[in-house]
Amino acid sequence: MIQSYFKDICEETGNFALFGGRFFREIVKLPFQINEFFRQCYAIGYKSLPLVSITGFIMGLVLTIQSRPTMTKFGAESWLPSMVSLSLIREIAPVITALICAGKIASGIGAELGSMKVTEQIDAMEVSAINPYKYLVVTRILATTLMVPILVIYADFVGVFGGYIGFNVHGDMGLYRYFSDVFEHLEFLDLMPAVIKTFFFGFFIGLIGCYKGFNASSGTASVGIAANEAVVSASLAIFIIDMMAVQLTDLFF
Amino acid sequence: MPNETIISIKNLWKSFGKNDVLKGVNLTVNKGEDLVILGRSGSGKSVTIKCLVGLVEADKGKIAVFGTDITNLKNEELNKIRVRVGFMFQNGALYDSMSVRQNLAFTLKHHTKDLSDEEIEKKIIEALENVGLKEAIDTMPAELSGGMRKRIGLARTLIINPEIILYDEPTSGLDTITSREISELILSVQKKYKTTSIIITHDMACAKMTGNRIMILKDGVINAEGTYDELEKSEDEWVRSFFI
Repeated sequence: MIQSYFKDICEETGNFALFGGRFFREIVKLPFQINEFFRQCYAIGYKSLPLVSITGFIMGLVLTIQSRPTMTKFGAESWLPSMVSLSLIREIAPVITALICAGKIASGIGAELGSMKVTEQIDAMEVSAINPYKYLVVTRILATTLMVPILVIYADFVGVFGGYIGFNVHGDMGLYRYFSDVFEHLEFLDLMPAVIKTFFFGFFIGLIGCYKGFNASSGTASVGIAANEAVVSASLAIFIIDMMAVQLTDLFF
Repeated sequence: MPNETIISIKNLWKSFGKNDVLKGVNLTVNKGEDLVILGRSGSGKSVTIKCLVGLVEADKGKIAVFGTDITNLKNEELNKIRVRVGFMFQNGALYDSMSVRQNLAFTLKHHTKDLSDEEIEKKIIEALENVGLKEAIDTMPAELSGGMRKRIGLARTLIINPEIILYDEPTSGLDTITSREISELILSVQKKYKTTSIIITHDMACAKMTGNRIMILKDGVINAEGTYDELEKSEDEWVRSFFI
């Protein structure tokens, strides 16, 4: 029982590594599916904007409102804008946005490719001598790797603005002064490691979504399973990458 | 060249886990021939034709298409064979996110880089006219009936002028009239494009109409072979049971 469970885990890890390794081989081969790449960027990036806007705004608003009593107790209310912006930019916005993307994008990719697999559309591409990995997987992974960091940077700004609104629920501070406070304490080194790790978040969201969808077994139930597993695995991967990124940042910066 | 063998399968074995599906299938198909493969569900008919295009990897045996052994070919080499072989899937396998026009153009654009947009459009319309569905050019696959999806699937296969067409249960899930229409369509494609075909079916009317030779798969091997009339009069009761 344990032996078979261990064997399954090893097999799954090996298959995942091979699937991911193929991405780096296929990406350098021509022709590049530029139209499909832009279509995916639009679907993944642009169509996620409303969700990221709302969650980013609420993150900043809630964090400010929740932190205010403690900061006031220590007489550090004036530090609130910089504290909120630093928390958002370094940790909260990248992780929360990535988790939202895992829920929306990884599940979407898992379900889409899973349903293509079940209805033999991927086989149809293969027998037409069209490389389905290059057309479906490479374009999606590249799109998520590029779009997730852009969404996170956007969520940073919206979150900081949400913090401004939250600050003014019980306070009175002008927009210019609020952002002056934010940027006064914000350094490039606060932003850089946080942005770098989001490329990895995006890459693994795309890779896991594609892997689960591409390997869906036959039957419609497997589409749901692929979507579900994509969300769970991508969310877990985000926390593991985040933990590693924090350790590395702590070591080098 | 008369009687030129373009498909040859020798001692083909395939298992899925502990389930041995094919246990030494042997068959040859000559140029211009239309072979029907019959057999009960799960007898390995679809697996056999999927092995022919490399969708399923054979465990053992030799598969030669156009004289080339495809069992150990690299993907790039296999693709050169695949563009000469069309495959009509059971449910059409149309790309859901694309319209009918885009479904046909997608395949064509991948294989003919030098065609202008006008030429592509002309070929799409011609392929759709051949299957009698020109008016469906701007519809999405979700809006099509089962029979229409199969016809469009065939049009997508025809657009790259394959020399061999493999039909995986072309009439399954269709009513009698639509099944007959699909069978007539296959017959007209065979005559017009002079293709070689392998047709997997349970539909005896389709088998009679489209095949000039029939093979029956049983327990992972070819159990009987002959024309429709020969097999209908077979002494083997099991073989005759298909024709009742």
